[in-house]
Amino acid sequence: MRWLRKNLIPIIGILVLVYLFIPIAVVAVLSFNKPAGKFNIAWNEFSLSAWQNICGVPGVCGSFVTSLEIGLLATLVGTIFGTMIAFALVRYRFRGRSTTNLLIFLPMATPEVVLGSSLLALFLNLAFPLGFWTVVIAHIMFIISFVVVAVKARLQGMDPRLEEAARDLYADARSTFRHVTFPLVLPGILGAALLGFSLSFDDYIISAFNAGTLVTFPIYIWGAAQRGIPVQVNALATLVFVIALTIVLVSQFINYRRRRMLEAGMSAD
Amino acid sequence: MPAMAPSKKSSASTGVGVRRRPRTAYLLLIPGLGWLSIFFVVPLISLFATSLQAPTGKNGVYQAAFQVSNYAEAIAEYWPQFVRSFIYSGIATVLALVIAYPLAYFIAFRAGKWRALLLVLVVAPFFASFLLRTYAWRTILADEGFITSFFNMLHLLPEQRILNTPIAVVLGLTYNFLPFMILPLYAALERIDPRLIEAAGDLYASPFTGFRKVVWPLSLPGVVAGTLLTFIPASGDYINATLLGAPSDRMVGNAIQTNFLQFRDYPIASALSFILMAIILTLVFVYIRRAGTEDLV
Repeated sequence: MRWLRKNLIPIIGILVLVYLFIPIAVVAVLSFNKPAGKFNIAWNEFSLSAWQNICGVPGVCGSFVTSLEIGLLATLVGTIFGTMIAFALVRYRFRGRSTTNLLIFLPMATPEVVLGSSLLALFLNLAFPLGFWTVVIAHIMFIISFVVVAVKARLQGMDPRLEEAARDLYADARSTFRHVTFPLVLPGILGAALLGFSLSFDDYIISAFNAGTLVTFPIYIWGAAQRGIPVQVNALATLVFVIALTIVLVSQFINYRRRRMLEAGMSAD
Repeated sequence: MPAMAPSKKSSASTGVGVRRRPRTAYLLLIPGLGWLSIFFVVPLISLFATSLQAPTGKNGVYQAAFQVSNYAEAIAEYWPQFVRSFIYSGIATVLALVIAYPLAYFIAFRAGKWRALLLVLVVAPFFASFLLRTYAWRTILADEGFITSFFNMLHLLPEQRILNTPIAVVLGLTYNFLPFMILPLYAALERIDPRLIEAAGDLYASPFTGFRKVVWPLSLPGVVAGTLLTFIPASGDYINATLLGAPSDRMVGNAIQTNFLQFRDYPIASALSFILMAIILTLVFVYIRRAGTEDLV
């Protein structure tokens, strides 16, 4: 009883984590299913056919590639623009700071339906054709804010003495940036890019408003939900999840090892 | 809109390395802020203009007008969806806070070297498709499934089922936006000096009093940010209501989506969007007055 009281918070915490992963486990398990009817909802029989023939259903892989293209393009532009704003906010004094902060904050405080529908209203009023580029435009718009927040946090958390040291050692502004500042901020930028990509790749609501007849991966899933989602979709989603999680875990592990070695090196001196 | 501008706090720009060349700053700002102006601010203006347009007689074609009655019509027809949206997302936000707090507390104070790993696991659900994760709840909450049977045995379900009821919609909303609650809570808790909690104990405060008087007040910025980041997307969401609820559980997002994409009633859809945003922004700015944007952003 006393043990339980002492460990109550860790136990609840781990239960919450388990709760977060239950639906993902369901998605993964159902990718090995051979559904009884057209809806892949209940377990029926083990089968590897979806994994062996992952592009077997027309439209699945096509929409997947479309989402990859949109995600990469939008992330690239959004990350560059967002990083520039973050640098300006942390490193410079200028008029219009609060307006800038407001403009960054508002898209995050606006529900996706409003973001999606307002852009659609603009494109309709301009008679602008909907498709690949309108979705890319929309995704860049919502990625920027998230990148600003992530990179800003990284910049503010940086030890200013590192840059001072570089300048004490007669590095000019440019090489200080190239050899000290940028490498230190890079993990933050890459993390922000990964976040931006997963937001873009997974976005349904904003894309649905601005895609016209274009079919992204989430739009494909939404349409398929009415008539039964093919098992291949579960397989692809599981694959993406495993790859993304592996990338993040490996980079975290490398980071951890490097820090441990640095600490060991410092205490040896 | 100067009246809405957040309180001026220059805390972010302190420290070494702050340069005073505003020209470079503006060059850095132009592309991103330009993009946000053209594809976020201008669309909102366009949305407002559309919300006042009048029909031309041709289906899906509207002309510029000042038809304020669109708003009255939108509210008259869709007020139940508005009420449902705010009730569902309100309950989901409270549930998410209750669930997220212990985990955030655990990661901040008790996780030790596992902290970074646990944080990765909190954001990991974002790497799995939102739609598929929501759809997976259909399997978990299925009528003949373990969970529904269990609660039916206790006679706790008014409709004898969870799926296709408001309960499933609220559970889906709670689940989907939970990481947005956990992360800001963690960020606030992590800043608390653990010695403060020890000090409370040394002064004979019970663990509960220590929590109530020390930890909870200091974690309030995280609570504010987390509830906003959960409530805002939840109130506009229509994925959970569509995939997990019955037609009678539809939310305002559903109304906006069907009016825009199926009925092509752009003015009503725009009016609905605008009302939703106005309500949410009002709520947000009441909160911001207490928290300050620089802390939230």
